[in-house]
Amino acid sequence: MIKLETRGICKEYDDARIIEDINVQVNNEEIVALLGVSGVGKTTLFNIVSGVESPTKGQVFLKGEDITGKTGRISYMQQKDLLMPYKTILDNVTLPMLIRGYRKKEAREAASDYFRVFGLEGTQGKYPIQLSGGMKQRAAFLRSYLFSKEMMLLDEPFSALDTITKSSMHSWYLRIMSHVKSSTLFITHDIDEAIYLSDRIYILTGRPGKVTKEIIIDSKRERAEDFTTSDTFIHYKKVILAHIKETGYPYD
Amino acid sequence: MGLIPKFMLPSPLDVVRALMKEFYVLLGHTLVSLKESFIGLTLSMVFAFIMAITMDRYKLVHRAVYPLFIISQTIPVIAIAPLLVLWMGYGIAPKIFLIFLVCFFPIVIALLEGFKAADRDTIRLMRSMGATQNQILVHIKFPCALGGLFAGLKVSVSYAIIGAVIAEWLGGDKGLGVYMTRVRKSYAFDKMFAVILLISILSLLLMKGVSYIERKVTPWNNIKN
Repeated sequence: MIKLETRGICKEYDDARIIEDINVQVNNEEIVALLGVSGVGKTTLFNIVSGVESPTKGQVFLKGEDITGKTGRISYMQQKDLLMPYKTILDNVTLPMLIRGYRKKEAREAASDYFRVFGLEGTQGKYPIQLSGGMKQRAAFLRSYLFSKEMMLLDEPFSALDTITKSSMHSWYLRIMSHVKSSTLFITHDIDEAIYLSDRIYILTGRPGKVTKEIIIDSKRERAEDFTTSDTFIHYKKVILAHIKETGYPYD
Repeated sequence: MGLIPKFMLPSPLDVVRALMKEFYVLLGHTLVSLKESFIGLTLSMVFAFIMAITMDRYKLVHRAVYPLFIISQTIPVIAIAPLLVLWMGYGIAPKIFLIFLVCFFPIVIALLEGFKAADRDTIRLMRSMGATQNQILVHIKFPCALGGLFAGLKVSVSYAIIGAVIAEWLGGDKGLGVYMTRVRKSYAFDKMFAVILLISILSLLLMKGVSYIERKVTPWNNIKN
């Protein structure tokens, strides 16, 4: 079943076309990566899908319903954790529920079970400054999940973390995703991350940015730790690198 | 040293002695000045909030009003105080209005700057969640303005006391400014310095009070990483 679909999305700013004819699909419980170098229009596409911006042309569908330009339907996690330093972790993660009209008590009760699932037990009363980078990303991820359990957009969610924390967050993320059964479209410019985390990869290249290749990762979601050094992984990496080289870099 | 006559520049000991001797008289005057300051400050806060929110939301209002605020700050308070007394009489009204005028500007500017400093990415995130303008104000803009607001309030509380004293110089039957005028006319310089000392102590205590409230209202700022 198709959860999210974009049809012919184009966006122009002052006559400069940023993205062109973007058609992507995310199926139920699928993790899909949008891979591309910086400046290819990935974040612009996410702003459109989340409803923060309207496309110049094209439509966005969530479970068949046209949600083009509508906010409040899909959760959106950006590169920075964007936790509010003046709110406790519990208040931060329940904020989307308050926006949706939940009472504070209801929202807190609904969120409390997930703290254990997301490995955040004991952080409820803490402020973001008291948490490590990885824990903050977990909290930001829980906030996104509580906002929309169906469909999440993650904009380079792990790019701000150091390599070791990033690696541990990748394993954590795959474990969580097998538990929460959500669909995800995530942006990355890290080829390894795209192969390791996703079921399918769309490669965005050129200027304006276009989807120029779709790759299905034929490997079980519960990936072994040595997957990143396996022949399969190397093969996918070679295919992606060759394609990016072939289509040219946006600043060439 | 005997260079300046003692009645014109009393020793610190004389000042403290005068303060203790006049304590109960000064207490009555202090309560009146504090009451005026409190009312003036509260009113200026309420109107500053309304104005800052309106100016933040409607850019046209911001463009129209902001230059007027700046110009208003070039008019010396001491020059308009006699006019206020002429227009409003010798009661509490001109005093409160004067305090309102001196306190309003620092608060409104602190709030506006705080609203402007709110993180754009966080606002974008809230918008993607479908948050309304009011929800963005409550959850992002207002907490971001708290630091500046308390800085503005620390300035405003001392302005409020000084504003009350200036307004009381021009008329009235009670208040630290009224007391100052009386002792000045009787050349009781020790009492004059005593009341100046008292005004300084009051300003400092009020600033400390604002700092205390700030620590209670913004506990996240007290956490060490």
